[in-house]
Amino acid sequence: MTSQAGVIIRVTGPVVLASGLRGARMFEIVKVGRQELIGEIITLEEDVATIQVYEETAGIVPGEAVLRTGESLSVELGPGLLGNIYDGIQRPLREINVLWADFISRGATLPALSEAKKWEFDPKVKEGDQVSGGDTLGVVQESTTISHKIMVPPGISGRIHMIASAGTYTIRETIATVRNGDRVFDLTMVQRWPVRSARPVKEKLDPQKPLITGQRIIDTLFPITKGGTAAIPGPFGSGKTVVQHQLAKWADADIIVFIGCGERGNEMADVLTEFPTLEDPKTGEPLMNRMILIANTSNMPVAAREASVYTGITIAEYFRDMGYDVALMADSTSRWAEAMREISGRLEEMPGEEGYPAYLGSRLADFYERAGRVLVCGSGKETGSISVIGAVSPPGGDFSEPVTQNTLRIVKVFWALDSDLAYRRHFPAINWLLSYSLYGEEVGRWWTENIGPEWVAYRKEMMLLLQKENELEEIVKLVGPEVLPEEDKLVLFKAETIRESYLAQYAFHPHDTYTGAGRQYRMMAMLFDFFTLADRALEHNITTEQIRNLPVKTALARMGSVPKDMEETEFAGIKTAMAAQFKELGV
Amino acid sequence: MAEPSREYSTVSKVVGPIIVVDDVEGIGYSEVVEITMPSGEKRLGQVLETQSTRAIVQVFGGTRDLDTDITSVRFSGEIMKIPLSGEILGRIFNGIAHPLDGGGPVIPEEMRDIYGLPINPYAREHPRDSIETGISAIDGMNTLVRGQKLPIFSGAGLPHNLLAAQITRQAKVLGQEEDFAVVFAAMGITHEEAAFFLRDFRSTGALERAVLFLNLADDPAIERIITPRLALTTAEFLAFEKDMHVLVILTDLTNYCESLREIAAAREEVPGRRGYPGYMYTDLAGIYERAGRIAGKKGSITQLPILTMPDDDITHPVPDLTGYITEGQIVLSRDLHRKGIYPPINVLPCLSRLMQGGIGEGRTREDHADVNNQLYSAYAQGIKIKNLVAVIGEEGLSDTDRQYLAFTERFETEFIAQGQYEDRSFHRTLDIAWELLSILPQSELKRIDTRFVAKYHPAHGRHQA
Repeated sequence: MTSQAGVIIRVTGPVVLASGLRGARMFEIVKVGRQELIGEIITLEEDVATIQVYEETAGIVPGEAVLRTGESLSVELGPGLLGNIYDGIQRPLREINVLWADFISRGATLPALSEAKKWEFDPKVKEGDQVSGGDTLGVVQESTTISHKIMVPPGISGRIHMIASAGTYTIRETIATVRNGDRVFDLTMVQRWPVRSARPVKEKLDPQKPLITGQRIIDTLFPITKGGTAAIPGPFGSGKTVVQHQLAKWADADIIVFIGCGERGNEMADVLTEFPTLEDPKTGEPLMNRMILIANTSNMPVAAREASVYTGITIAEYFRDMGYDVALMADSTSRWAEAMREISGRLEEMPGEEGYPAYLGSRLADFYERAGRVLVCGSGKETGSISVIGAVSPPGGDFSEPVTQNTLRIVKVFWALDSDLAYRRHFPAINWLLSYSLYGEEVGRWWTENIGPEWVAYRKEMMLLLQKENELEEIVKLVGPEVLPEEDKLVLFKAETIRESYLAQYAFHPHDTYTGAGRQYRMMAMLFDFFTLADRALEHNITTEQIRNLPVKTALARMGSVPKDMEETEFAGIKTAMAAQFKELGV
Repeated sequence: MAEPSREYSTVSKVVGPIIVVDDVEGIGYSEVVEITMPSGEKRLGQVLETQSTRAIVQVFGGTRDLDTDITSVRFSGEIMKIPLSGEILGRIFNGIAHPLDGGGPVIPEEMRDIYGLPINPYAREHPRDSIETGISAIDGMNTLVRGQKLPIFSGAGLPHNLLAAQITRQAKVLGQEEDFAVVFAAMGITHEEAAFFLRDFRSTGALERAVLFLNLADDPAIERIITPRLALTTAEFLAFEKDMHVLVILTDLTNYCESLREIAAAREEVPGRRGYPGYMYTDLAGIYERAGRIAGKKGSITQLPILTMPDDDITHPVPDLTGYITEGQIVLSRDLHRKGIYPPINVLPCLSRLMQGGIGEGRTREDHADVNNQLYSAYAQGIKIKNLVAVIGEEGLSDTDRQYLAFTERFETEFIAQGQYEDRSFHRTLDIAWELLSILPQSELKRIDTRFVAKYHPAHGRHQA
């Protein structure tokens, strides 16, 4: 016997128990109580289901009904996603704000995509064509740079029986019918997809190209690839959010999905005010046009926070399936893990480390595994990618805690943020000794072929100098800097120059905020020219102190903030000044 | 909510601040409860968990003298609300909103749910109006803006109350004369501390524009769970219905978290770090996130929560989770305090996340961001050299290193330190900064745009504000 409605028997915070739900499935969506709050079944025992409710449960009374919907938590995928802002279960916050009020009241439900808006549909198949999941039926030009492919949903194949002619349609109108034997599928411009399952791909591929972020320390020392995964752990105040925002702004992906998971409302407001005013350095379009924001701030219901990460990655997969390079930022995965812990605690599950559920590691792995470069479904040979960058907020900045450790087992790039650097206002406060990237080799090939032949050598030398600096600093701490031999003093000075002139980058400076690949290479070359001259000077018995006092040092530190159109003259000027100043020293 | 009000005397268990009531029916989650003790005294409670025939209730007044025999429990059928009106300014209440000032109950224009609703992130306006507190360590280094939540991380015995009172006295937005109000929530602070604030508010006339909720050290600890929520509900009403700029002072959040832990322990919940419940982040967020601005509304809520770090440990769960939610922090240092520096603000671990939008040309001064950056890097460098000197002595230092040391010394005694009644303008703060930066060779000022060096550096015929 299956039943469509159950009865609430217990309420504790966001967790509700209901009986009489035999036949309900795991992760099925239900409507809870008189206000029909949205909830999801997370455990089943006989006819009793445990439900996590995505909204505040105050006032719910045992005895009220729980209605089944027969569907898992799903998102709507179609035109209208770009530039939109959703909560953790894809409720459109902008429309909710217009229709209701400034505060999110309970039971507010609205379609995720506008049902009234008409989209210009341009068909790409003819009647009689054989199609299968992932094939493009037609295209909607959603913004000047993004053409939104209307695809056959995964799992459907057959011959086109009807295809709408070019014209404007709403997302609810049928734009194609596919016939397979005697089965007929009516297709609209929208697909629904359950968020907890990954969308299918044809094949997973190895990452090749770097995701250029315009952040020098990342692109040069700890690069991430298109399709790669990275984690940014750091204590509060170390600049996680600023790094995430910088990546969202400047990463050379086609689509950005930004998940504000359990973070600050004012930060989301910042994104919403700032991003529409910024231009994509590649296309000149407002950056907002390539973004989808998921905002489930810390004070919004905790169960929806748990879901927000899945909602985000499903949307990312949908755009990847069109052949786009998507970058997804999750700020912060710790809040997501804490939401799991909170729900798990209410279920009185046996806790693992630090009260987190035992399945924390596998959930994190499942999530990051949805990243990658793939051959997308459909008859073409198109590839798409999702790069995932997850912020981690370890309690007390202690990287040995479970979320950081479980994340590190999966991701290939690790940007360790350091509060000491942040206190010195060295930003991005990425610690160059602790961080790593396993993509160095793939990325090195790309830089060598596309930007400059010396890139691999420069990078290696930079890492070496920074490492040596660390060793020497240990000695300095014991005996002071004066007793070091001149060669070692020069190493310290070089490392300092790398830190101050290259690695430090000021996110709020209009020009320093983004350094393209070419400029990064030219800056490195300039520094190494300087180093070569310094080495030669040392041979002429000139001291490091004398080199340190050269005025050109200040100019080197300002290379990043030179406006684009002045780069050529300014850099040439630095070069001439450098040569002249060393000459004066007799080099 | 099901039925209006039902009364039971079926308490089956009393443990810590929690009671279990059996044989009940139709009890709503979060419902308000009135408990009548054997003596006839009444206490307030709230439903923490409801089952078909059982309710678990936290008792705000504590469970002393309760029994499992005649104690009766009345379920109100309502969630907790506070009566609000414009007349509430100038009033003083206890931790559960009962008047302490001899005045009658508030005649409500409106009854508001004290848990509030989350502000739609889309409706928020990014805070940008910088507040001049007149304190250089804040204005110059970690500018506060309207709508921000900026906690003071302090320690036992440090002058956080003096600082909070000074901020309250001096805070202003340049060029704007607007309606302001102060909402003050005390959680477990002493009578003496509360009296200090009262005196200070009274002497500056702020009391007429203030609403106070006082749960003092000897008041029931469990009431502290609702005190900040009453305060913030009041603040939301004043800010978004009455168009006021509200400054909310919450002190001391550490006591609040202790109460949260007490309830969790009594319920035998799975503990998180140091015994605090796993949902403490979410719970604190429900307090701190109730700050900000809303697009199209005049008012704002700025929060200044105060917490004492147990053993001055910034990684303790209370400051740690707070720092992850709030938009920065002001950290007080025992070392500076011992040196006699007031306010003893250790600027290095301090942060104001909303500063960037609130400073610069047209807001404070064009050179503010660069100067701030340079001060930070120079001070950090100076501290590093100072630590080195402790090991190797001053002999091994270069001239530049010595200049950094001199800078650091004067930075603490001239920039950070100031009088309790000294109110410095943004310009004054920045001018002091330039004065101190001029100790360093100009080639060290790498973080300041050359234009500003030329305009503001004392060596170049300084711009006069």
